Amino acid sequence: MKPEEIIRPENKVYSRPRLLTDVHTHYCPGCSHGVVHRLVAELLDEMGLAPKAIGIAPVGCAVFAYNYIDIDWIEAAHGRAPALATAASRLNPDRLVFTYQGDGDLSAIGTAETIHAANRGEDITIIFINNGIYGMTGGQMAPTTLLGMKTATTPYGRRADLNGYPLAITPLLAQLDGTCYVTRQAVHTPAAVRKAKAAIKKAFTNSVEKRGTSVVEIVATCNSGWKLSPAQSNEWMVEHMFEKYPLGDLKDVESKA
Amino acid sequence: MAKVFGAVTIDSMHCKGCELCVVACPADVLSLQPKEVNDRGYRYAFAAKPEACIGCAACATVCPDACIEVYRVVDRGN
Amino acid sequence: MEEVKLMKGNEAIAHAAIRYGADGYFGYPITPQSEVLETLAELRPWETTGMTVLQAESEVAAINMVYGGAATGRAVMTSSSSPGVSLKQEGISYLAASELPALIVNVMRGGPGLGTIQPSQADYFQATKGGGHGDYHLIVLAPSTVQEMADFVALGFDLAFKYRTPAMILADGIVGQMMEKVVLPEQRARRTDEEIRRQCPWAACGRGDRSHRNVVTSLELDSAKMEENNLRFQRTYREIEANEVRYQEYYTDDAEYLIVAFGSVARICLKAIEDARAAGHKIGMLRPITLWPFPYAEISRLAGRVKGILTVELNAGQMVEDVRLAANGAVDVFHFGRMGGIVPNPGEVLDALNKHFQVEF
Repeated sequence: MKPEEIIRPENKVYSRPRLLTDVHTHYCPGCSHGVVHRLVAELLDEMGLAPKAIGIAPVGCAVFAYNYIDIDWIEAAHGRAPALATAASRLNPDRLVFTYQGDGDLSAIGTAETIHAANRGEDITIIFINNGIYGMTGGQMAPTTLLGMKTATTPYGRRADLNGYPLAITPLLAQLDGTCYVTRQAVHTPAAVRKAKAAIKKAFTNSVEKRGTSVVEIVATCNSGWKLSPAQSNEWMVEHMFEKYPLGDLKDVESKA
Repeated sequence: MAKVFGAVTIDSMHCKGCELCVVACPADVLSLQPKEVNDRGYRYAFAAKPEACIGCAACATVCPDACIEVYRVVDRGN
Repeated sequence: MEEVKLMKGNEAIAHAAIRYGADGYFGYPITPQSEVLETLAELRPWETTGMTVLQAESEVAAINMVYGGAATGRAVMTSSSSPGVSLKQEGISYLAASELPALIVNVMRGGPGLGTIQPSQADYFQATKGGGHGDYHLIVLAPSTVQEMADFVALGFDLAFKYRTPAMILADGIVGQMMEKVVLPEQRARRTDEEIRRQCPWAACGRGDRSHRNVVTSLELDSAKMEENNLRFQRTYREIEANEVRYQEYYTDDAEYLIVAFGSVARICLKAIEDARAAGHKIGMLRPITLWPFPYAEISRLAGRVKGILTVELNAGQMVEDVRLAANGAVDVFHFGRMGGIVPNPGEVLDALNKHFQVEF
């Protein structure tokens, strides 16, 4: 068959999500944020949640998430997204409230807000992008930066004696009584993307059904910060990041029941 | 036996030439433009071997810029 | 029939918040204002009006909960005392920058640092000159009675929503802790979702059937647009200055000397003035009720008529700078203050008048 015979509306199997705004994102080529944004946009549309969704944007690379997904957004101060989400959710109990945060936002400056929102079991979804680096400010060390990893503030590689150890925060969150679902995913292959989408869908469902806090960590790349190509970054992530941050569900109260 | 025909359209203006679709494609359909760039200076992706496409949507699934749309026809031979 | 009750200023804040129809309170314990959260917890408004009451993990979290709630168009508030209010400055700056209405209560204690739990007015600069980063103002209300503690909750919320800017009740530990008679306002219903969408078309409360998305943000990287945002904030502040200056005058008609004092200190000064008048000295007082916008024009007018002005404050001399600006050299302006949680008695105020104006008692 010729392409013009195939490219017909009735044969379409994959479209650009309607909720993605028609703009160029500021993300670097190959950035994982774009994929996760796409999944969020797809799910909010597929689940019919766009009219009741309130997104809380972080400080960091995803600060402009509100420019890209066509729902209501509140832009938080650095690390405070779970505090905003707490109030937005409690005061508007019939809405879907989710935060979208990076590793600096969630596991450094916002550690307290994250742990306490999760411990209170706020009915929110926390989407956590962990690429082991501060992207927006120019590639400095994050709490999740691996030992030996070079960043702008660990130019000779992270050393435990100088910089402390990489922080795996989702296992901590999984221990809290308030969380109902804690999972770690990635978006480097088509199969991984499909699993990540299923995870975010489960988290959104939990939030709507008031089951407590759901946390979806996405182990991600920052090819600009890592100084690798997008494809090389994915390989590096599989080889190095997955050892410290292995993929899979850390907690799923639903499946236990 | 059913035969699968696929095709992709790529929004070359949104493409940033990250090449992740090229890596993801199991049928080696996609390439980056060897010389041509879009308005924003990126060598964008295109279907270099469109006849090989099976419409699996692997490319669109990994695309960070949501610039690939996928079409598929299953010809069951009747 | 009016319901007269006896209660602490902090308790009055809690009752008034529920009766205003506030949607949420987010706080963190700190002396001397913990009774606000304690009273709310005891009154359980979530079972009556549906008001949310939450003890946050920190003052930083509490003010950011206020930010999140306010961004959805809800009437939300927090309270704290000086060290806690310092922690809240981040969120307050964001509230101002995002043009969000909210009510913040500061029951001041002595600082700097951890300071003391005793009363103070040393956060005047912080409250009226910004406090957090950037060019902004809060509407600052200074109650001097438990009745005003109750009344200023509604006034603060109403002004905050009218101008889309955070408002602060700047109380001192005396007004927070002392018990007085108070008439509580009538219970008002909380606004419905529809009313909020009508009153706050900017609120990020979920799109519903709105044709566009609402984004509440303080970020704007385009300098020209950011300057335009700032100019808009300043236009609002000029409008507030033109419309919302509040103050009370006492014995100013024939006053030869003027005291300027706010909050509970104004009541101590009033006692001193009455003693002085009994001795034949014509002392008057102006009590600013709004510390921002400050009653510059009124003080300026009075400065042209009196022989001298004394400010009495529980600090090292903060409001006195604004009074001097208002007087603009027309008359000498002196300051008398106590710090560290010490509250002067009327005799000390008379001594200060005597020292600066040679008024013998």
